[in-house]
Amino acid sequence: MAEHVAHHFEDAEQQREAATLGMWAFLITEIMFFGGLFAGYTVYRSTYFDAFAEGSRHLDLVLGTVNTAILIGSSLTMALAVQAAQRSRRGPQVVFLLLTILLGLAFLGIKAVEYGHKFEQHLVPGRFFSWPGPHASNVQLFFSFYFAMTGMHALHMIIGIGLLIWLTIQARRGRFTGSYYNPMEVSGLYWHFVDIVWIFLFPLLYLIDRHVH
Amino acid sequence: MDTHILPTRLYVGIFLILLTLTAATVTASFFDLGGRLNSANVLVAMSIACGKALLVVLFFMHVRYSPRLIWVFVGAGFFWLAILIALTMSDYLSRGWLPLPTPWGT
Repeated sequence: MAEHVAHHFEDAEQQREAATLGMWAFLITEIMFFGGLFAGYTVYRSTYFDAFAEGSRHLDLVLGTVNTAILIGSSLTMALAVQAAQRSRRGPQVVFLLLTILLGLAFLGIKAVEYGHKFEQHLVPGRFFSWPGPHASNVQLFFSFYFAMTGMHALHMIIGIGLLIWLTIQARRGRFTGSYYNPMEVSGLYWHFVDIVWIFLFPLLYLIDRHVH
Repeated sequence: MDTHILPTRLYVGIFLILLTLTAATVTASFFDLGGRLNSANVLVAMSIACGKALLVVLFFMHVRYSPRLIWVFVGAGFFWLAILIALTMSDYLSRGWLPLPTPWGT
């Protein structure tokens, strides 16, 4: 039996399926975690629609769209890194992992610039929040959801980048081949999940009622 | 070991579809599609987002080529999310549909 198969598994195939299933069980808890935020957002958006639309129009659509493209690109490079592992190609694994890290950092950098603008414009909920117009407290609620949801998403990205750095070191040592690449596969699942969360956050936060000017 | 390796052009194709759908959802948000509280716009934006998520789950996350047990897990996860949001909103949205009796003391 191959040395990478733990003694309690029949074969490598069964071990890989168990790893994938376990990762999905974890991702389901993540779906429910973000689901609570999405449900709360839905309730308040339907209750304070005008205020949420006002707040949403204040977000930077260009930066949001660019970030969406960057994150989708990082999912592509992650998928190609896993593919390189399946094909036992060491060089492409390292290159695609480094590209994924780079795109992830670019996303976080743009997010940081956006957060910076919000601080300057007094749009961070709390003592210094200020908003002209009648819906100020409800707009503040929108920005609370904005920071909570994008903040939790960014935290997941930071954890993901940590995983990717560890994977790059392991991939460089030639640890992943077509017969064993479980850490690559399950980390890929995590990275794509974080991408999916953003796929929903982007239209919900940036694209409310854009046609009114 | 029969690992199912997907071709690079499939991954790139999915990536290009995802980018196109992103452009589509941004463009659609600039049109007033009607409905109370923008409901038509919300429907379009969420349908596109669900389509994108489905492509990522099926191809990038290899679920399309995974055992049935994975399908059951993934399906259960999203089904419970649907319960969470549908039952919560059925409460909030239906409040006020039926007239309430006058409160005590008025």
